[in-house]
Amino acid sequence: MPLPAPTREEISRHKQSTVMLSRVAGSLYWMSRYLERAENQARLIDVNLQILLDFGQVPDETLKEHWVPILRSSGDEDLFFQLYETADSGNVTEFLTFRTENPNSLISCICNARENARQVRDQISSEMWEVLNDAYHFIQDANAHKVWSEGASAFYDQIKRFSHLFQGITVSTFSRSEGFEFIQFGKYLERADKITRLLDIKYHILLPKATDVGGAVDTAQWHAVLRSASAVEAYRRFYVADILFKKVVEFLIFQDSFPRSLMFCLEQMNDFIQLITNGAESAEGRRFSDFLSRVSGAQVNQVFNQGLHEFLQKAQLEIAAIGGYLFTTYMYHPPVDIQAEIRFHQQQEQQQQIR
Amino acid sequence: MLFEPYQTEDFFDEMFASDGVTRPHYRGVADALNTVPAAEFRNKQAAVEAAFMRGGVTFTVYSDSQGTERIFPFDCVPRVIPAEEWEVIERGLIQRLTALNLFLHDIYHDQKIIKDRVIPPQYLLSAKHFRREFMHFSVPKDIYVHICGSDLIRDRDGRYLVLEDNLRCPSGASYMLENRAALKRTFPELFLASGVHPVNEYPAELLKVLQYCAPAKFASNDAPNAVLLTPGVFNSAYFEHAFLARQMGIPIVEGRDLVVRDFKVFMRTTSGLVKVDVIYRRIDDDFLDPSVFRADSLLGVPGLVNAYRAGNVSLANSIGTGVADDKVVYYFVPKMIKYYLGEEPILPNVDTYLASEPKDCAFILDNLAKLVVKSANEAGGYGMLMGPWAAKEEIEEFRKMIEENPRNFIAQNPISLSRHPTWTGENFEGRHIDLRPYILYGEKIVVTPGGLTRVALRKGSLVVNSSQGGGSKDTWVLRQ
Repeated sequence: MPLPAPTREEISRHKQSTVMLSRVAGSLYWMSRYLERAENQARLIDVNLQILLDFGQVPDETLKEHWVPILRSSGDEDLFFQLYETADSGNVTEFLTFRTENPNSLISCICNARENARQVRDQISSEMWEVLNDAYHFIQDANAHKVWSEGASAFYDQIKRFSHLFQGITVSTFSRSEGFEFIQFGKYLERADKITRLLDIKYHILLPKATDVGGAVDTAQWHAVLRSASAVEAYRRFYVADILFKKVVEFLIFQDSFPRSLMFCLEQMNDFIQLITNGAESAEGRRFSDFLSRVSGAQVNQVFNQGLHEFLQKAQLEIAAIGGYLFTTYMYHPPVDIQAEIRFHQQQEQQQQIR
Repeated sequence: MLFEPYQTEDFFDEMFASDGVTRPHYRGVADALNTVPAAEFRNKQAAVEAAFMRGGVTFTVYSDSQGTERIFPFDCVPRVIPAEEWEVIERGLIQRLTALNLFLHDIYHDQKIIKDRVIPPQYLLSAKHFRREFMHFSVPKDIYVHICGSDLIRDRDGRYLVLEDNLRCPSGASYMLENRAALKRTFPELFLASGVHPVNEYPAELLKVLQYCAPAKFASNDAPNAVLLTPGVFNSAYFEHAFLARQMGIPIVEGRDLVVRDFKVFMRTTSGLVKVDVIYRRIDDDFLDPSVFRADSLLGVPGLVNAYRAGNVSLANSIGTGVADDKVVYYFVPKMIKYYLGEEPILPNVDTYLASEPKDCAFILDNLAKLVVKSANEAGGYGMLMGPWAAKEEIEEFRKMIEENPRNFIAQNPISLSRHPTWTGENFEGRHIDLRPYILYGEKIVVTPGGLTRVALRKGSLVVNSSQGGGSKDTWVLRQ
C-alpha cells in the first residue's frame, strides 16, 4: 500500500523552523538522482552481461543487437559510436561504467553524486557522506580490466550495495524535514524515469519475426528486464512462473505494491510534491495529478493499444515536466547579474551620502 | 620500547628533558606508548589516515594544478601542556587580544597611539589592509576581532614567544576538533592515564560570540540569524567551513546565496528571502563586496558593505582587522600592551628588525644569509626567506626586493623551534612544532584549552604550514 496522502496538519508539522537555501535543496535533489541513476545503471549492465552467458559464443551482429537498444534507450548511442567502432560487451561495459565523457556512466554519476554531497556537506550526516566517498574511491580505483578479470558481477553488486546503504542511512538518520523531501522526490523521480527506459529497451530491439514472439530469446529478454528491476521474485508471487511479456509490463507499470514500479514511484513523487509545495496549487501540479489519475485508472491493454513505446515516451515527458517545474520554483535562483547588482548598490550608497 | 632510541639533540624537546628523561607531564603518554609494538603503532597511524580520507577531512592545496584533496597529516603522539604553563599562556593571549582590539578601535577612531608617537604614522597609513573608509565607524560591542589565532613557538630555552597574530580568517579549529576525536578513537588508553581538558566546547562558544555581536539595531525574541559565508567547495579550507557550520547548526552560504535589498542582507531560500543578522565570513575584506572592494570578486555580495554601514548586519571578524595582521605592525604589539593596558607583555614577541628603519635595514642586508626574512602580508609560509638554508640566488632576490620596498619586510633571528617526537613511518624523530591556540572574543575572551600543534614533517624543516607539507598533532592541556 502506498503512503496515505498527508493532511494539511501533517504538512505544516513537517515544516521545521530552519530554512533551506534553494541551492542546497538543488544539491540534495541531484545527489539523490545521480545515486539512483548509478544504481539503475549498475543493475542494467550486470543483468545484460549475465544474460549473454546463456547464449554462449555470440556472433558480433547479435551482440550488437543486444547492446545497441540499451544505448539507444538512454540516448547514448551517438556518443558511443563517436568513441568506439563496435558495440561488443567490452566496449559497451567500459562506456557505460568508466568513461567520463559519458555523463550517464557509472563513474560520472557517482562523481556527481559525491560532488553534490560535498556542496552540502553540512546538511548530511557523516555516515551518508562516508558512503558516497567510499563509492567514489571504489570506482576511481577500479578500471575496466580489473573488473573483467576479477568478476564484473561482484563489482556491480558493490555499487548497488553502496546505493542501498546510502538510502538506508538516509532513511534512518535524516530528519524528516525539507531536505528529506527533496532527496526522496529526486530518488523516486529518477527511478520512475529509469523504469520507463528499461521497459523501452525492448522497443528498440529489432522487431522479432512473428514466430520469435514468446520464443526463447524473447522470453530471456523480458526476464532480463525483470531482473534489471530486481522484480523476478515479486513478479512470480503475483503471476505464474511463465514470463509473459504483457504481465511483465503490467507488473512494472501498474503494480503499486512493488517499490520499483512506475505506479509506486509516481505516487511517492506525488506525496513529496505535496510536502515540498506545502499544498500550493499550480498548473504544473494539476497536470501531474491528471497524469497520475490517468495512469492509475488505466489497464495494460490500453497501454498496448496506444503503443507501449508511445506510453513510455509520454510518461518520460510528464516526469520531466514536474521535475523541471519543482526545480525552477524551489531549487533554483537565476544567477546573479553581478554587474547590475554592483551598479545598483553603488547608486544606493551615493543616495545615502546625499541625504 | 618505542622511545628508547629517541634523541633530543641540541633542541628544546617537548617530551624529553634530555635523552631518556621524560618530562613529568608526559609520563602518562610515554608509559602508554612505550609498550606499543612498532607494527601496531604503524597500523594505527595508517588507520587514522584512512579514517580522515573517508571522512573527507581534507585540505586542498592551491599550488597543485589539479587542486587535489589531501588529508592534513596527523601524528598520533599528542603534544602535552601542563596546567601551570597553560595558565600563563592563557593570560598572555587574553592580554594580547585585549590590546590588539583596543588598538584597532583606536586607529579607526581617534588614533591616539599615533598622536602620542608610540607608532610612527607611516606604518599604519601604508599598511596594505588599513581600511580608511571605515574610520569612525562603530562596530557592534566595539569588538573588531572575534576570532583570533596568535601562533606561539618555543625557543631553545623553552620560552614561549608569539610568532605572529592572525586576525583575519584564522583557520584550523576544525582540525583541532577532528584530531581530538581521532586520537580518542585510536588510542583511548592515552586519555585514561592523563586528565585532559576537552576542546569540544569550541563550536558552542563560537556560536555564542556570533550571537553576542549581533547589530545594535537587532531586536527580537528569537536568536539572531547567523550564517557562515564561504568562498565555496573549491576553497582549500572548505572542509572546515562546512564542519564548523554543521557543529554550530547555522547555515553555510556562498556569496550567490545572499542578496542585499533595502540595506539588509537576505538568504535565498526555498521559502523566499530570509534576513541575515550576523555573518561569520571566511572571505577576506578584498573579496567581500565587488561594489566597494575588488570589482572582479565573484565570491562576495554586492551591497554587503552598505548593509554593514547601515548597522543591519554584523561581520565576524569586522572589516579592517588586517592592519594588525601586518608583520610590521606585529613589531609594535608589545608597545600596544604597555600603552593601552599599562602592563608588560606576558608573552614576548620574537626579536624583530624592521627593514624600513635604516639601522635595522643595514643590519638585515649585511646578514641575509643568517636571518629569516618575511613579507609583511603573506600567509601560509610564503614570501619568506630562510637565510641559513637558502640558495645564493634566492638571497639576492630578496636583497633586491628589500631595497625596492623596505616597508614590506621584517627580519628575525632564526629561532631554534622546540621539537617533538613525531612518527616518521619507521620510528620517532624530533620535528619542529608550533602552537596555534584559538581565542574567541565575545562577552569575554575565551581561549580554548588546546589548539592546533603544527608539525614540520620534513626532517630539519621549520615550516609548519599545511600548505607546505606540514602536519598536526592533538594538543592537550592537562587539568593539573
